[in-house]
Amino acid sequence: MTLAIFLTLAVVSVLLALLMVFAKNPVHSVLYLILAFFTIAAHYILLNAQFLAVVHIIVYAGAIMVLFLFVLMLLNLNQDTEPQKSASWKFAAAIAAGSLMVTTVGALKGAVQLQQVNNPNPSVGLVKNLGTVLFHDFVVPFEIAGILFLAAMVGAVLVGKRDLKL
Amino acid sequence: MLEIIQTVPIEYYVYLSSVLFCIGVFGVLVRRNAIVVLMCIELMLNAVNLLLAAFSTYLSDGQGQIMVFFIMVVAAAEAAVGLGILVMVYRNTKSTDISLLDKIRN
Repeated sequence: MTLAIFLTLAVVSVLLALLMVFAKNPVHSVLYLILAFFTIAAHYILLNAQFLAVVHIIVYAGAIMVLFLFVLMLLNLNQDTEPQKSASWKFAAAIAAGSLMVTTVGALKGAVQLQQVNNPNPSVGLVKNLGTVLFHDFVVPFEIAGILFLAAMVGAVLVGKRDLKL
Repeated sequence: MLEIIQTVPIEYYVYLSSVLFCIGVFGVLVRRNAIVVLMCIELMLNAVNLLLAAFSTYLSDGQGQIMVFFIMVVAAAEAAVGLGILVMVYRNTKSTDISLLDKIRN
């Protein structure tokens, strides 16, 4: 049963990702990517990482993709007349991505040897456990992430200003 | 509750993440609209996130999921700054075609 759910979700997410790449209209691309993110959130729930699933939906579907949609609407780019790359370039890109996939899958086939955990802890993905790990082992990276956000905020405002006078 | 560890091998998650990552790489190479290129980068980051979460669950270790949060932080910062740059490029060139950005070279 779990295997069937996993395989269905995997096929749907790969299909939505392909639709995202091949959609002519950028707005359709954004919508397909939002649906693909929902299937990835379903994967997280399947993996018993409930907090991660909720944060994933809030951050990606709720914030980042809405930002993309806003920019698309703002620039009025929702026409289908996007310049296409030449056929030979597309062929070369398909070869490159395909060989990357074959290499990755071939190199990782049978390479992953996990120690079977004796009694897996089902509450590893809950807020209590994650908060403990975050504020015990990852305090400095957490602070650095805050500085990164501040820098990104300042940078985005500075780049977006209409006429910049320094 | 954790029957996924018994029923789904970890290799399946490795394969799924590889496929999603390569679709993202293909999109970056083949599309010319800069917004779609940024979205393909988000897809690649999500493939990595999925694999980290899978390993975190299979090893009963929360550190992988914390790493996913940091990747989310980087993705959000990248999207904000990237779209800001994109809006500025559009204001100057009236286009989001990435092949026009060759002009920066001179």
